[in-house]
Amino acid sequence: MSAQTVAAVPPRLTPRQQLWRRAWRHKGLVFGATVLAVIVLLAVFAPLVAPHDPYRQNLLARMVPPVFLGGTWDHPLGTDALGRDYLSRLLYGARISLMIGFVTAMISAVIGSVLGILGGYFGGKVDAVVTFLISVRLAMPVVLVALAVVALLGGSLIVMMTVLGLLLWDRFAVVLRTATRQVRSMEYVAAAEVLGASLPRILFKDILPNVMSQLIVIATLEMAHAILLEASLSFLGLGVRPPTPSWGLMISEGKEMLLFQPWLIAIPGVALFLVVISINMFGDGVRDITAPEGRN
Amino acid sequence: MTEVRPVLSIRDLSVALPQGGDRPFAVESLNLDVMPNEIVCIVGESGSGKSITSFTTMGLLPRTLRATSGQIMFGGRNLLEMPEREHARLRGSEMAMIFQEPMTALNPCYTVGDQIEEIFAAHTSIPRAERRTRTLALLREVKLADADRIHQSYPHQLSGGQRQRIVIAMALALGPRLLIADEPTTALDVTTQAQILNMFKELRRARDAGIMFVTHDFGVVAEIADKVVVMQKGRVVEQGPAAEILNRPQHPYTRLLIDAVPRRRPEAQAPREERPVALRVSGVGKTFNVARTLFKPARQVAALKPVEFALQSGETLGIVGESGSGKTTLVRCLIRLIDPDSGEVWIGNTDFAAEPRGRLRSHRKDIQIVFQDPYGSLNPRRRIGDQLVEGPVNFGESRESALKRARELMRIVRMDEDSLDRYPVQFSGGQRQRICIARALMVQPKILIADEAVSALDVSVQKEVLTLLADIKRQFGLSMLFITHDLRVAAQICDNIIVMSNGEIVERGTVDEVFGDPKHAYTQQLLNAMPGRAWKIPDNVVSNQ
Amino acid sequence: MLKFVFGKLLLAACVALTVSAVSFGLLHLAGDPAIALAGESASEADIEAIRVNFGYDRPLLVQYGDWLSRAATGDFGISRFFNKPVSELVWDRLPITMMLGVFAIIFALVLAIPMGVLAATRPNSWFDRIALFISVVGQAIPSFWFGLILIVIFSINLGWLPASGASSWKNFVLPTVVLGYFATPALMRLTRTGMLDVLASDYVRTARAKGLPTRKVLFKHALRNAMIPVVSLAAVQMGFMLSGSIIVESVFALPGAGQLAWVSISRNDLPMIQALILIFSMFYIVFTFAADVLNAWLDPRLRVS
Repeated sequence: MSAQTVAAVPPRLTPRQQLWRRAWRHKGLVFGATVLAVIVLLAVFAPLVAPHDPYRQNLLARMVPPVFLGGTWDHPLGTDALGRDYLSRLLYGARISLMIGFVTAMISAVIGSVLGILGGYFGGKVDAVVTFLISVRLAMPVVLVALAVVALLGGSLIVMMTVLGLLLWDRFAVVLRTATRQVRSMEYVAAAEVLGASLPRILFKDILPNVMSQLIVIATLEMAHAILLEASLSFLGLGVRPPTPSWGLMISEGKEMLLFQPWLIAIPGVALFLVVISINMFGDGVRDITAPEGRN
Repeated sequence: MTEVRPVLSIRDLSVALPQGGDRPFAVESLNLDVMPNEIVCIVGESGSGKSITSFTTMGLLPRTLRATSGQIMFGGRNLLEMPEREHARLRGSEMAMIFQEPMTALNPCYTVGDQIEEIFAAHTSIPRAERRTRTLALLREVKLADADRIHQSYPHQLSGGQRQRIVIAMALALGPRLLIADEPTTALDVTTQAQILNMFKELRRARDAGIMFVTHDFGVVAEIADKVVVMQKGRVVEQGPAAEILNRPQHPYTRLLIDAVPRRRPEAQAPREERPVALRVSGVGKTFNVARTLFKPARQVAALKPVEFALQSGETLGIVGESGSGKTTLVRCLIRLIDPDSGEVWIGNTDFAAEPRGRLRSHRKDIQIVFQDPYGSLNPRRRIGDQLVEGPVNFGESRESALKRARELMRIVRMDEDSLDRYPVQFSGGQRQRICIARALMVQPKILIADEAVSALDVSVQKEVLTLLADIKRQFGLSMLFITHDLRVAAQICDNIIVMSNGEIVERGTVDEVFGDPKHAYTQQLLNAMPGRAWKIPDNVVSNQ
Repeated sequence: MLKFVFGKLLLAACVALTVSAVSFGLLHLAGDPAIALAGESASEADIEAIRVNFGYDRPLLVQYGDWLSRAATGDFGISRFFNKPVSELVWDRLPITMMLGVFAIIFALVLAIPMGVLAATRPNSWFDRIALFISVVGQAIPSFWFGLILIVIFSINLGWLPASGASSWKNFVLPTVVLGYFATPALMRLTRTGMLDVLASDYVRTARAKGLPTRKVLFKHALRNAMIPVVSLAAVQMGFMLSGSIIVESVFALPGAGQLAWVSISRNDLPMIQALILIFSMFYIVFTFAADVLNAWLDPRLRVS
């Protein structure tokens, strides 16, 4: 029993209009989207915005502190052990993180969604296979396997994206399988069958639109997950290879100098934090505004 | 004679709704009394505020709702001014409540016995052994056979009717003076409902309590009420002794509701003539294989034993049965959502049951269905128009011609044409059901199945939809199969009736034959269980009728 | 009950087998083990000799079968890097990782469950908002960075706790916090959501209608049901922690199985990697199995397979 049972007048706005309205009101979503948009823009226009070449070493200007710790505006965020401008490396690092996050999420979304939707829709043997595959994937120690494979194949971006994409699909599969089963049991799917709809039509017109919101939420969360994972792998020295400016790598390079130049690890860490938190807040916001509809 | 004081006395109660609702108050200026040994039925449609009244009395309102004025006098004290802890002490001991859904009312993790005994533990200091004795006595009082076994059982091992009895037992445990029941039988089978209603009538006598019974079903009211309170949109529109309200309703809304109660309409007597057969079902059966569980070996459940019947062109054939009767399985076999194990389903010259899945699609247009749940039958993410033209387009028709027919059908089901551009969330339950009817008609079927199509609707809306279905049947020359568990609805709209039980047909005939002179024991049982069957529903209560 | 357990064990065995098979295939296809072993300056003939010597020239399936039959007896081969039997090395290092994992999950649960319950009983209050904020922040901090920051604060600046080694219990404090906090947000949110759902359920409403005191409603009726998904998630998180231990142990120089994994990956020590993958996955399977059993105890409906 809720207040809804009393106020039985249906709303006059379309679902999409209601969604937009809820979106604008959701502070977390707006914050996350804004910060993310800024970061994406900076990353895309990094070549224009960055003051220096991120690969250019300048051994005369090593370990210059950032401007707020006594440095110069020439290197606003200081330089690292090889004299490379930190701000520029940060901006180029954003490109790497975002690209890896995005592509990995796309690949794993496709794999996981297909598995989840097929398993959830057909049930029976198909579902048993899908569930088994998910169990296998969950039992696999991801970091270990990813590390090992990347170490063997070399840490190029393509390798990282492919390996992570092939490993991070489990959440998609689990969530979409449950969501598909729920939608499948709704009477409008039965109605579509009775009205002569073919299987592809049911999947694309009835199932997919109704699980899409959950797919998007998981996609954002997995993108953040991929970014963190790549940073971890690079930190361990088994991911992206130097001199590519991955944030994880920058932190790893900076940890030797923890005592005297803490900004070397602080700055990329804060950057990672900002990217991940904005993506997560965006994803959580999407989940918040779409969940009440889904629960109806 | 000493004046008997009411058990519960509500004066001028108002409960405010949060901002943005369709009205400021869920309940407004409510007055009602409940005397001991009396059953007061609060009747209304959804959104009338009847449930909120009962929740406010118990102090179980959700945080978003507050009582803003008035008083609820119980045992000489105003419940609204009582601190929550004191009110909590009254709950379960002096006043008890029984809710609508028995399947979810009990905690699945604890045994039934434990959940009854904890009431004693919470309110009294009775030792353990005696708690158990009293619990067993309660189980027997609510007529649960094998009380010892039930005491040790978990809720998921019991049926809906059994669970509801246990909820009643919990309510009775400490001998409350006030029993509140919020639609306690709505989710139960007709026969189970009759038993529970009987129990309430006995409790009224045996337990010396006042009973506040919330319902939407006038049959139930006729069966048990001493006094009736009619609510609409948060206000009491009429209240008085049951005989008065039921037979001589004064307020227009009460008259509307009573007029909407389905009953056999004399003018619906269709003359029996021989018409061609639209649907012939012969020997259709379905058995399910239930996988082995820890407790039972694998077994086969004959959900539907081979049945046969024929539907004449232009006829409305009712299929009546309770849950487990096989009617749902039968319907799903008829429209090939599942495949029958045996038998034939003849529609015209085609055996619908035998068509392989590949060729099935082209024949689907002959037989269409309207489902029970208006909220689950429409895809929330597609426009109404798209969902309507889906059918014809699937069968090869062009979108333009389909849209044209969609517009016309919207008119026929008495809805605006621009509904086509809207989404389901923008419509009420009754409107959605009309959209579903239109959707089914889009492919111009010969046979329309209404599977409990009005069961989830308010009684006034139900009447509109039933009238609509009857009109449409005539206009389009359809043959209709009407599945329902509600005997009154069947009496109103059907020409002939089939009664099903345990997967087979136990009785068939015209409405008069089946209702007037039932042959099979189950039909008799079903008819006897119909609540308020002794009530002769007054005709012509609404003046413009 | 026996058939239930037996069926689950069989399934678990299949999963473990598949995991090891897949990873075996991945590793052997990703890089030529002979080249990895021989080093960069080896000649073609050397590589070929190694290949024959260690049996890398046989078909993949045969190699796998061979490995599997030996693994079944506990013989995981010889570590190329350490030149000792793999099982011996793993056995040595495993206790530290297990301890770390146990401490970490306890830390996570002790933090997450009370926070989640409190947040659910006061939805939208300031406490709720703070708890959600902490969980959002917690999920965004990279674990290795968090570890470094903690080292800066507690080891370098404050000097309270050591930064590396495994000599005393103090060595475990920071790693436990780092490993445990990563699981906390998810567990807290699940507890909160679960409690919110359960508190709105019909049977909790019945409990209130019976006049049961609030504490009893909360702990006897609500919490038990809300815990069921949390138990499953905790088991999954414990599995992830084994993976995460690679990062944490290397930041804090803890000589556990995780660090062993990192070293062997850096050195392309295939037998070790292979063994660790199998062992880690077996632990995950055991944890989830234990969670299933615990859940069956919590919820009688789950006792039917």
